[in-house]
Amino acid sequence: MVIIGFTHFDELLSALRKRDYTVIGPVARDGAIALDVILSASDLPKGCHDEQQPGSYFLRHEEDEAIFGYVVGPQSWKKYLYPPRLKLFSAKREGKGFEIVSDSATPSPKYAFLGVRPCEIGAIKINDSVFDGGQYSDARYVSTRKDACVIAVNCTRPAGNCFCVSMNTGPRATHAFDLALTEICENGTHHFVVDVGSELGQSILEDVTHRQAEKNEIERALDLLSTSAAGMCKSLETEGLPQLLNDNYEHPEWDDVAKRCLACANCTMVCPTCFCSTVDDITDLTGDHAERWRRWDSCFTSDFTKIAGGNIRMSTRTRYRQWMMHKLAHWHDQFGTSGCVGCGRCITWCPVGIDITHEAQHIRETSISTINS
Amino acid sequence: MEDLTIILRQHPFLRGLSDEHMQTLIGCATNVRFAENSRLINEGELANKFFLIRSGRVALETEVSGRGGIRIQTVGPGEVLGWSWLISPYRWHFSGVAVMDTRTIALDAECLRNKCETDAHFGYEMLKRLASVMERRLEATRLQLLDMYGITSSGVMP
Amino acid sequence: MKDELANRSLPMSDAMMTYPVTIRKVIWENDDTFTLTLDMNGTLGEFSFLPGQFNMLYVYGIGEAAISISSDPSRTGTLDHTIHRVGTVTTALSQKKRGDVIGVRGPYGSSWPLDVAQKRDVCVITGGIGLAPLRPVIYSLLKKRDEYGRIIILYGGRSPLDLLYRVELERWEDAKNVEVLVTVDRGDSSWKGHIGVVTSLLSYIKLDSRNTIAYVCGPEIMMKYTIDELERRGLPLDRVYLSMERNMKCAVGFCGHCQYGPTFICKDGPVFPLPRIRPLLDRKEL
Repeated sequence: MVIIGFTHFDELLSALRKRDYTVIGPVARDGAIALDVILSASDLPKGCHDEQQPGSYFLRHEEDEAIFGYVVGPQSWKKYLYPPRLKLFSAKREGKGFEIVSDSATPSPKYAFLGVRPCEIGAIKINDSVFDGGQYSDARYVSTRKDACVIAVNCTRPAGNCFCVSMNTGPRATHAFDLALTEICENGTHHFVVDVGSELGQSILEDVTHRQAEKNEIERALDLLSTSAAGMCKSLETEGLPQLLNDNYEHPEWDDVAKRCLACANCTMVCPTCFCSTVDDITDLTGDHAERWRRWDSCFTSDFTKIAGGNIRMSTRTRYRQWMMHKLAHWHDQFGTSGCVGCGRCITWCPVGIDITHEAQHIRETSISTINS
Repeated sequence: MEDLTIILRQHPFLRGLSDEHMQTLIGCATNVRFAENSRLINEGELANKFFLIRSGRVALETEVSGRGGIRIQTVGPGEVLGWSWLISPYRWHFSGVAVMDTRTIALDAECLRNKCETDAHFGYEMLKRLASVMERRLEATRLQLLDMYGITSSGVMP
Repeated sequence: MKDELANRSLPMSDAMMTYPVTIRKVIWENDDTFTLTLDMNGTLGEFSFLPGQFNMLYVYGIGEAAISISSDPSRTGTLDHTIHRVGTVTTALSQKKRGDVIGVRGPYGSSWPLDVAQKRDVCVITGGIGLAPLRPVIYSLLKKRDEYGRIIILYGGRSPLDLLYRVELERWEDAKNVEVLVTVDRGDSSWKGHIGVVTSLLSYIKLDSRNTIAYVCGPEIMMKYTIDELERRGLPLDRVYLSMERNMKCAVGFCGHCQYGPTFICKDGPVFPLPRIRPLLDRKEL
């Protein structure tokens, strides 16, 4: 492992730009951490620390110099990998028919994702299996993802709703990054302990002033990470969870959660693995031009399961159940992993503070075996 | 009589009936044919018969003012027509029209009722068989009520 | 399988890209159901599909609908889609005329497995528009008639006038060793056929439960009752296949809409061996 001093951090950004990357990273905006283009280290949220509780998020400013002193905000990298709105094609009217005039081949920029948390690496791996793991691939996702450089940041402190340890995704990145940084900002020291994860990472590192890490520096970083792991506020018992939920398809807890859930879809928008989308077809006033757009959708919306005969999931009860069972049970059947990475966003950004870990735990403690599946 | 026993034995409604009960029943049975468009039973009339259909097809009809005879259901080979014979006040709720030449075994209702009253084992046997027919018929009617092809579709549809 | 399918289908460089094709013929099957014959010649190259698969049909500026292909898989150059007019897109499709152009992408999804039916009896049980995705199966079976045992087609419709493919139903009935039984929910005095639900037709046929494959397609409730009836008749449930319907936006497993418990109807289905989804059928609002 090597050390990059804080004063040389801008060299990392230059090294990325030199390789034609558009650097995306965290910025403090509207009282929260958002993701946007980063031009220099000064764009990063210095001295910002987030306090997260169910249904609550607060960004506290302190006098320290830490630039990664918070954890995850409401946005995640899916914003770039499969954008909230994407034009699939434009068409123009031609006689009795139409002609496709452009398609979605317009490439996205080459992104360097800076400040990807270990749980978010887990989420991106899951995105990969959704969009590039089966019979079909999403061409735009695949090209954006293939070109993306991942600069991870390990979490030396969990936020109030984190449970990455339960989901085996953090707080230390172990794979699928180019560089992984652990920020040490204490007692007059401010530097990054850096893991190299790829040849690309190595080559970028060579453009940045760095030195070999001392044993005690590595130990301090690992120490902070294990303290962070031990300090997780939440946990989710995953043992046998898919079967447990399948056995409790008619559990009264679904009624109870439906009384609290507003079906606002926030949890699905902030979730880094939720991938549902719908399409909008539009024309201009003359009807000579038409476009087809894909946009994020949510299984909480009222017409999500509409078919010719009616609507399949008619209640909040069944929509919440679908969301949670998809995440924690069906995902295993579909993609071989859990759909949850333990980032806690759905808990933080739920307006009424519904906590997926509590819901799962409650069902576990009051399990009824109704259906054999 | 020998022939009739064989015919009766072949009908699914009487499958597995004991020899003793078959003897009880056969005294009430006659072989009846109906030509196309003839009526087996009439709505409102006394239910004095019970038919085991051997071949052909019978439509159950009800009269709806302004719409004429509405056909609710058809019964065919191996099925039975009517249970009003067993349930007071023993009147038909539907009419039964042969939509094609139809062969039946007609069982006299009064004869059958008397035997059911005097021989409780036989009565229970008849009731069990009829209840099973009614259960299936009710289930089918529920499905029909849903008008499931009305708006819904299947396969993969828009 | 992926490569094999890709070779036989439309170019899939972009999974969501549609291809303009011309409507060659429009046939109204009943008041609200029509069949579009699409001209697949031209720039698309050779298009082939398996019975039970579906296409996404696009109406310029209006949207897409998932529609099963209902023509003979061995026929080249054109494709039939029988469409029930129920929503915005299908209504827009219903207004199309010969010579108009719509978009097509596909074929998608699983198919009715014909190999398992070799040398066996085949019982096709279908209701309403469910006959459309099964018509390619019937064509395929009849094409190689000698490779299969008896062919039994049980079909239920709402009323005599709602029945699809009436001419063909008669033609199939005349084929060698094929039994076609049709029933309707409501008849009038001119209807000499069966009246009652499609499951009731099963009592008029001799089902060799040890040697029959059943293909079932219709409203979910109809399929549930049919399965119960087949089970009562002793048919092993791993010989039963059915086709499911859910909302579909992408048809390639990306949009999430068609999830049915652990499955995606668009890519794992629409045709499933019954055992795979049996436990799901009783789950309400899944």
